Amino acid sequence: MSQFIDKRGQGAQKSVVNRQRFIKRFKTQIKKAVNDAINQRGITDVAKGEKISIPAKDLLEPRFTPGQGGVVERVLPGNDIYQTGDTINRQPHSEQHGIGEASNEGEGIDPFVFDLNREEFLEIFFEDLELPDLVKKELGKFTDWQTKRAGVIKSGTPTNINIIRSMRQAVGRRLSLGGSLKKELSKLEEDETVNTQRIAIIKHKLSKIPFIDTMDLRYNHFTKVQTPITQAVMFCLMDVSGSMDEIKKEIAKRFFILLYLFLHKNYQHIELVFIRHHTAAKEVDEQEFFYSRETGGTVVSSALELLAALMEQRYPSVNWNIYVAQASDGDNWNADSPYCQQLLSEKILPFIQYFSYVEIMPRHHQSLWECYQHLGQTFKNFASQTIYNVNEIYSVFRELFKRKTL
Amino acid sequence: MKKTPISTGTEWTFATLLAYDREIAKLAKDFGLDTYPNQIEVITAEQMMECYASAGMPIGYHHWSFGKHFFNIEKMYKRGQMGLAYELVINSNPCISYLMEENTIAMQALVIAHACYGHNSFFKNNYLFKMWTQADAIIDYLVFAKHYISECEEKYGEEAVENILDACHALMNYGVDRYKHPPSLSIPEEKIRQQNRAAYLESQVNELWSTIPLQPHKADQVNNAFPKEPQENILYFLEKHAPLLTAWQREIIRIVRKISQYFYPQGQTKVMNEGWACFWHYTLLNCLYDEGLVTDEFMLEVLQNHTGVIYQPDYNSPHFSGINPYTLGFNMMQDIKRICENPQPEDKEWFPELANTPWLKTLDHAMRYFKDESFIAQYLSPQLIRQLKLFMLQDNDETTALRINAIHNEDGYRSIRSSLSRQYNLSFNEPNIQVFNAALEGDRTLTLHYYQHNRVPLDTQANEVLKHLYTLWQFPIKLVTINEQGDNVTTYNFPNHASRI
Repeated sequence: MSQFIDKRGQGAQKSVVNRQRFIKRFKTQIKKAVNDAINQRGITDVAKGEKISIPAKDLLEPRFTPGQGGVVERVLPGNDIYQTGDTINRQPHSEQHGIGEASNEGEGIDPFVFDLNREEFLEIFFEDLELPDLVKKELGKFTDWQTKRAGVIKSGTPTNINIIRSMRQAVGRRLSLGGSLKKELSKLEEDETVNTQRIAIIKHKLSKIPFIDTMDLRYNHFTKVQTPITQAVMFCLMDVSGSMDEIKKEIAKRFFILLYLFLHKNYQHIELVFIRHHTAAKEVDEQEFFYSRETGGTVVSSALELLAALMEQRYPSVNWNIYVAQASDGDNWNADSPYCQQLLSEKILPFIQYFSYVEIMPRHHQSLWECYQHLGQTFKNFASQTIYNVNEIYSVFRELFKRKTL
Repeated sequence: MKKTPISTGTEWTFATLLAYDREIAKLAKDFGLDTYPNQIEVITAEQMMECYASAGMPIGYHHWSFGKHFFNIEKMYKRGQMGLAYELVINSNPCISYLMEENTIAMQALVIAHACYGHNSFFKNNYLFKMWTQADAIIDYLVFAKHYISECEEKYGEEAVENILDACHALMNYGVDRYKHPPSLSIPEEKIRQQNRAAYLESQVNELWSTIPLQPHKADQVNNAFPKEPQENILYFLEKHAPLLTAWQREIIRIVRKISQYFYPQGQTKVMNEGWACFWHYTLLNCLYDEGLVTDEFMLEVLQNHTGVIYQPDYNSPHFSGINPYTLGFNMMQDIKRICENPQPEDKEWFPELANTPWLKTLDHAMRYFKDESFIAQYLSPQLIRQLKLFMLQDNDETTALRINAIHNEDGYRSIRSSLSRQYNLSFNEPNIQVFNAALEGDRTLTLHYYQHNRVPLDTQANEVLKHLYTLWQFPIKLVTINEQGDNVTTYNFPNHASRI
């Protein structure tokens, strides 16, 4: 007698550990692939899985196998043209596969391609940034779901019956089925020459119409939706003058991504605004933000002015949680820095949630850094940091992540 | 008299599964199929991929290579390059088979007939499986292995364990005594533990001994070739004689060796095992249909899948990837039945001992006492050679062209049959490599011999394998290729394989 067991519920996830082992073993290759991916994709796409491709030769599992050469006989099916003694000229190696040359696994030079899921991808991303575990966990989590009403449907459980709607359906059905009969009945009853037999039939028919029928039943429908917290806007400010090279921009991108992930977890709706500047500031799209280069001097206040203007026009602080992330290599026109400080303390910082500033690999600190240091002492929601490496990014967010409530 | 069908429609429920199983079991019993009790588990596609990735072990220890396989399978499945196998069956008692939840009832019934009665009876009765595997103990052993390895990981670190496992996996195919049958097979957990303790004690003792000078023995060690005879079971040799391994490392080698041995018969009976299972799902489900227990739609779906499974692309088709073992096996089984029931003059000449015998008994005999190599050598008929239009191609690297040595005609039958049979000899895919000498008295160099056949060289991957071998042996390693005349042809060395001659 056979025994049947339903194992479907037990998603034992046997493979999870083996997947992790694999990732661990090929850390360097996978990391490189993840980094390439981060550089190529948009900020908002970061929190997805990724197709990773690593060179196949690295993960070869070697075995003793016969090599090419010697005398090999093969029996093949489907002879259509050959007679004993026929000869076939050797084909170039690549074509030889067609003729029964079973290709050895591992011989292939195609890279090994596989999919990392979201958790695995973020894990590797966070690792570079040296985030505390708690923060990692928080950022990695999906948003909460909430059950919400979503109209009325025809099927459901008895507990969810919507009585009013069901009764309304019943009334309609009774009317449509019995309406004409009732009309006829009242007509017949007014009439003097009473056809009693007909009246009896009609009354009988009317009595057969059920008061309520299963087809009348309506059920409340519930659906799960992501809990909307509120909306936020994230301004990314970056200096794109000639001194910001690719490496600096890559670090800046990770800085922006981290803030985005934080916001993504806390807000249902996030808008991103990219402002780049050299001597003049401009609102651009993400592509242009990261990939076009400009030359010339640097006037930081131009970006801050634009930021303040945009806040006023499009993102009033009553409706929006505003976060600003600024990345620069610290270059600024000296006379401009005090004006920046003034702009920030008067027009910007009082209205926003958090302003984080990273100065990436400066040659030496300039006036802008000093002004920003002053601001850091006065404003709780302002953080700045000089970084030389991606793993130092987290420190500008320390305050932000520490806060339990927003 | 037609009965009413067991179910209609494509959906399955546990009740209908039970009903089909009952009917199939009844028929299987009538045909005399001898099986282990069945344990049938319904799983999801994801779980099926997991089973797949761990090489069909229901309980496996952790290793990155299984993760790699999982990624690979998942990718191919997601891109639709590969359908998942409909079934997976474990050679254990009770015999565990997996059904995938996505399958229709017709597919589930097909799988039940194929795996739970076909493969199952093959596992229980084929001589190789009887000799090499202990279906009763395998699950316990796998549980033991998993626990043991994870304990080692805790104690000695994942990396240390991984190194040993990598090395063992590289030599996995050389963990079996092919020619000499081992005295005891798979051993229940408790006994292993006992041995483990014994081995530990032994290693303690060895260390004491190693402090005592070996001088007095020298006199009677004139002819000290070690091992006395070449050893084909490389892993066994390393487990017992590698100089520096600790007890847990030897135990891990033993685990890999045992698992390798457990899978050893599967590689040698692929054609027969699949052929037998296909023959029985085809026979059993046709019987169900004849009894009127299944609907026409059901049978059409079964036949469509059956044809897909036993489809053999021709040698010049882009889909060709070797001879399909399902096709060959199924056709051979059917052919034996045909020869028994309805022999032609040709069959009487070729198979006088089969013609007009009861097919069930003859087929049962074939299933029990053969492996692919001998099965083909014994039973491949001219009729089937013609049907599959088999021909033999010889690739000799000393000639300029490939040569057709035989086709499906009177002159070719025998050479095609023996050539195909050789193709299923294990050494066709696995080079014959043996431990020739271990210079325990000298610099402890380990010498392996590769005995060449038909001048086929070793693939250069061998260099990589030697690195793994070195992890276990920890002293220089030499791999010498010996040609058919007994001369040394090439030598791989590790370390410094640059000095390859």
